[in-house]
Amino acid sequence: MTTPRSSRRLLLLSLAVVTLLVLAASIRYGAIDFSIGEISRAFASIFPGQPEPTLDQRIFLELRLPRAILCLLVGASLGVGGTLMQALFRNPIVEPGLVGTSSGAAFGSALFFVLGGVLHIGTSLWSLPIAACVGGIISTYLVFLLARSREDGRASIVMLLLTGLAVNALFMSAIGFLSYIARDPQARSITFWSLGTLSGASWKAVEIVAVSTIGGSIMALRYAKQLNALTIGEEEATYLGVNVNRLKWIILSVNVVIVAVATAFTGVISFVGLVVPNILRMIGGADNRYLIVGSALTGATLLTLADLLARLVVRPAELPIGIVTSAVGVPVFIFLLRRRRYVF
Amino acid sequence: MLTATNITYRVGTKELISDISVSFAPGKLHLIIGPNGAGKSTLIKVLARLVRPQTGTVQYDQTDIHDASEADLARHRAVLSQAIEVAFPLTVREVVMMGRYPHFGGRPGPHDERIVDEVMAHFDVTAFGDRNYQTLSGGEMQRVNFARVLAQLWKDSHGSAEANGSTRQSGKSRFLFLDEPLTFLDVHHQIDFMKKVRAFSMAPEVVTVGVVHDLNLAARFADHLVLLNKGRVVANGTASEVLTTDRIRDVFAVEPTFVPTSHSGVHLIFD
Repeated sequence: MTTPRSSRRLLLLSLAVVTLLVLAASIRYGAIDFSIGEISRAFASIFPGQPEPTLDQRIFLELRLPRAILCLLVGASLGVGGTLMQALFRNPIVEPGLVGTSSGAAFGSALFFVLGGVLHIGTSLWSLPIAACVGGIISTYLVFLLARSREDGRASIVMLLLTGLAVNALFMSAIGFLSYIARDPQARSITFWSLGTLSGASWKAVEIVAVSTIGGSIMALRYAKQLNALTIGEEEATYLGVNVNRLKWIILSVNVVIVAVATAFTGVISFVGLVVPNILRMIGGADNRYLIVGSALTGATLLTLADLLARLVVRPAELPIGIVTSAVGVPVFIFLLRRRRYVF
Repeated sequence: MLTATNITYRVGTKELISDISVSFAPGKLHLIIGPNGAGKSTLIKVLARLVRPQTGTVQYDQTDIHDASEADLARHRAVLSQAIEVAFPLTVREVVMMGRYPHFGGRPGPHDERIVDEVMAHFDVTAFGDRNYQTLSGGEMQRVNFARVLAQLWKDSHGSAEANGSTRQSGKSRFLFLDEPLTFLDVHHQIDFMKKVRAFSMAPEVVTVGVVHDLNLAARFADHLVLLNKGRVVANGTASEVLTTDRIRDVFAVEPTFVPTSHSGVHLIFD
């Protein structure tokens, strides 16, 4: 458990290198493999005076590359979101989705697909992420409202998890209903959304998710010290000068925004937010500054690996990425549950 | 100086403390005693501003504590609670460093590192500074937490621990609250702990208020005792003034015998 600051820095540095290596693999392999020569020619074609990009090069620049970067950003969002929620609830088996955020966001997107198809509204760049955010905020708020005890107004972890379970089921059934009444192409989008997919990646999506991921992570880093204080309890954190209520609202809002925006473009991707902070705690301790940076890098790496797997297993087709992350995440989750005695 | 005036605090319709007025002078060790449910911990929480009483005011040096921000207050008020559960694997040093959180912005400076070194040595926890807090025994945890709490109030010592005794008096008073700090300690550490608390409390601008269950320890170490029962102050003064046979019989429902001792005053035996 002894982890001086310098060795943590080294750890984060090596994580960053691994992330870059995985990114390189992710842009190289897929439905079509690109050679390094082709990749560099594709990059060269961006600059004026170079030959126009070929079809393959355009596939690389307009599909493969934004997808790989979106994947990094979404993975980072989920990792940071997981770290924030676990720190806030002082419980290592919480993930962003457990308090309803992602199912609500998925519902918001589904509603947008169906209504957008019917009413021909909102084709602007921001409508889908806004719909997802609103859905995520409403569902998270609903969970907190219903989980609060009548006596002292506090939300206990058991109540939050169980209420989250119920609200998740509710929103999933609403999504099911929407996909049932939707016309075929919309229904297909909805199904893919609730399983998670990166196939809709575009440079516009990259821009929006980059803003929320980077902005949210910087916000999170600013509150790392206060989250550390929360590790020893809400009362103790108060005595250390933390306004706990304010901290809760800020962290919840940051989490809702980064998770909902990521979910808006990729659908529900489970278990990344749960597993990533736990892995990092095992190797480098529980300091939240380290965890936030580390979980951004590790989340990005793991989701990129999962996406690579999703593209390669049934190539040239692809699996929804949520299937891959769940298949890997569930055993890890059960392992964590059984390994330690968590008090609910 | 800490002054509480007409404090009443209730949860729902139940009054936990009723119309308490009491003041605590700096440079002394004040201990609150009383049976279970007397309102001792509640009073500490009110005095330390964890909860806000429905009526009454608490003032640190003539300033209402609810006028200060959490962060400001934390620079000169620290509280040691009963059992601290750490949710994640933190090292002992990381836990002690939390005491410095109110004093630095981003990262701890060399000054904070030096204070952490000093308090860890003072509480004999330097040897397991790199260990996971969660693997410590109850007594070790309590010592680490006392080190953390004192790190929060430790004065700029310019390299010497003397400044925490009595040489310098500058700026605001510092306020230390202890809520049943002896719970997990063995006899040796209880005495050691009380001696350290007493030494710290003698600084001229430090106000120390604690809750202790053991009447003998309270009588031996306190300069000033406050006896609570059913949310009210029953008696208030030195140990010999407060601990009389009749009062102990009334409040604690036990029959005391006073035995003279060699060191200081008397020892109580209960029947």
